[in-house]
Amino acid sequence: MDFRLDPEVEAFRKEARAWIKQQIPPDWDQRERLLDYEEPDGVVFSMDFQRKLAQKGWLVPHWPKEYGGQGDHMKHMVLTEELAYWGLPSGGQPVNQVASILMAHGTDEQKKHFLSGLAQVKWKWAEGYSEPSGGSDLANIQTYAVEDGDDFVINGSKIWNSAHIGPDYMFGLVRTDLNQPKHRGISFLIWPMNVPGIAISKVPMMWGRSRALVTFDNMRVPKSCVIGERERGFYVAMGSLDVQRATLDRLANARRLADWLVEYARVAKFDGQKVIDRPGIRNQLAEIMMAVECYKMMIYKVAWMQSKSIPSTRESSIAKIFGPDLMQRACKVGMQMIGAYGLLEPGSKWAPLYGKIENQYLENFARTIGSGTSEINRNVVATRGLGLPRG
Amino acid sequence: MDFGLTEAQQMIKTSAKEFLERECPKSFVRAMEHDERGFTPELWRRLAQVGWLRMPFPEESGGDGQDFVTVALLLEEMARACLPGPYFTSVALCGLPIAQFGSPAQKREYLKKIGDGQLIMSLATLEPSVRYDTAGVQLEATARDGGFVLNGTKLLVPYANSADSLLVSARTKKTARPRAVRTATADDGITMFIVPTSARGISLTPLKTIAYDPQHEVAFNNVQVGRDAVLGQVDGGAAIFDKISQWGAVGSCAMMVGAADKVLEMTVEYVKSRVAFGRPIGAFQAIQHHCANMAVDAESSRAITFEAAWHVAEGLPETDRMVSMAKGWTSEATRHLYALGHQCHGAIGLTLEYDLQLYSRRCKVWEMTFGDANYHQDRLTRLAGL
Repeated sequence: MDFRLDPEVEAFRKEARAWIKQQIPPDWDQRERLLDYEEPDGVVFSMDFQRKLAQKGWLVPHWPKEYGGQGDHMKHMVLTEELAYWGLPSGGQPVNQVASILMAHGTDEQKKHFLSGLAQVKWKWAEGYSEPSGGSDLANIQTYAVEDGDDFVINGSKIWNSAHIGPDYMFGLVRTDLNQPKHRGISFLIWPMNVPGIAISKVPMMWGRSRALVTFDNMRVPKSCVIGERERGFYVAMGSLDVQRATLDRLANARRLADWLVEYARVAKFDGQKVIDRPGIRNQLAEIMMAVECYKMMIYKVAWMQSKSIPSTRESSIAKIFGPDLMQRACKVGMQMIGAYGLLEPGSKWAPLYGKIENQYLENFARTIGSGTSEINRNVVATRGLGLPRG
Repeated sequence: MDFGLTEAQQMIKTSAKEFLERECPKSFVRAMEHDERGFTPELWRRLAQVGWLRMPFPEESGGDGQDFVTVALLLEEMARACLPGPYFTSVALCGLPIAQFGSPAQKREYLKKIGDGQLIMSLATLEPSVRYDTAGVQLEATARDGGFVLNGTKLLVPYANSADSLLVSARTKKTARPRAVRTATADDGITMFIVPTSARGISLTPLKTIAYDPQHEVAFNNVQVGRDAVLGQVDGGAAIFDKISQWGAVGSCAMMVGAADKVLEMTVEYVKSRVAFGRPIGAFQAIQHHCANMAVDAESSRAITFEAAWHVAEGLPETDRMVSMAKGWTSEATRHLYALGHQCHGAIGLTLEYDLQLYSRRCKVWEMTFGDANYHQDRLTRLAGL
């Protein structure tokens, strides 16, 4: 056992931090929670920022050289964590999951078109996995395609995505053979969003932002939108799930949240009394600090196991249970620390930490639901990790 | 970063498992719970033979020079097996401080003998205040005739009835009582003494504990010791006290991690085989989620415990913070884990005939020694300047 940080990694982390500090506006701490990456000014900021990353060679450093990357996973991991820490966009699912699916399954033409565009931040993207009738039961895809010559005619709907940013493309799963069993008969598609038959409506969420519901009414797209083998799309998508990036994102978010609370506890006083000395606060905050340290080590361990090709289903599912739960508890403690000010939304001059805690308190209810609910992960730990019989 | 074990560590772990399975069956563990000594001289000889008693000492003192991570790995295996005896207190909590802070004469006198099993020591730091920091040290050592006279009471001294010597914290100078618990180094009134249990004026009273292990109240009534009984410097014992607290806290964590792993393993086996309502109860999601939550507790405790053990072994600047994180977290998580283990087992797990309770009673001891969660939560925030 040796938990020393690799000097090469730390040197790059320093370099990345210094660059990030130069890029963010001086009032970033304040603006960050007000800027919504799914509203027009946020979209502009996000696209500009991703282009800066691309110019710097930091958008897709992990891609193989043949596709325009540097084959440098270390840089990618450090950047993912650092950018997420500052709440900045890092290219996300498209340059990670979609790109790796294209590399593994795409035709030469698909690779050429999409990978070069992805590396140049040419387009906006939206994800098309979840449907109104299927959450945890991801293979329960109801959106279906009917063949018509060289085209598919698609009907159905996709939800909880960011289609209200006005995406150029959507990627996701569509049932292309209704006669096959549930997990079969699904294909992975990338399709343009500028075709007729698409309706996008906002679904306002309780933390003040929105998700989108997209409905397809006889949307016609060419069959060449399929990536990889037809009717094997569920496995195509599952084989490239973007777990590592999502995991580092969560770790960075948890670290940031805990850092806010500690910094706040260092200075905040109400009516002459330090917040940290109010009943119950000190011990609860300490527990959050401890949990963040545990979480960091659990995630670094999963990364180490993966680098050694040691199976890590049990460990990564455990981390997916641990992190979101930790973030919810941290928000609960944060709300207790700021007291009645916690009722104020971002933007109020009375809101401590620019309303970040109130905002995250509400948003983090989604943490134990999105990308695999905590219950599904507990099932995975119990059956695949501990060998208990399936219920 | 490397989460893997070195070859030497892997070997120690594997041979420990084999040895303990052979030498420490649960029938022996149970018998020792009702034995006045709590272990057997034969067992101690066997531990000396396999080299565990000298393993962490430097080579020049007859040891193998293994680091504290390796000690923690061994303690983990010992806890899995509920190994009785004064290994932790004698080798880790007294031997390691002598190896680090002892004079050449003390190292010669004690380490070789601890290492080959001739001498047993025990740590005597806790007092009736049951404080974990040096502010709790009220046992007085007064300078007289070139030596010292000790008066006071120590509590919960493990295996004191088998110990040849005690490592005792004493107050040699009145200092302002530290307002808040931090590291003790600022307390310049503490001196550590090595005191033979045969010294006049020492009396032992056995204390019955939750883990049925032999612990004692040790009273010091005008106990005279020479100047050579001082470990380290007079009035400079706080640094030693701090270091012992690190070994003690993280060693306790390692034992909780070992016990927790075993409790999870037993629980999984039980719920797979126990049938109710026509199927194994492990097929019910309510039970599965209890088991998954136990795995979360086990994994998080292991992660932070070995990070802390590594910090202690390397003597890094953040060690105190890491130690409090590990002890604070593992103490809570382990209790949560074995409580769920009991819940999954139902009434059978509460019987003395069943092994589960051996672990829950011992874990409570490790939770409460060298600072419980509450103490370390408080300490962590103070170390962070809050």
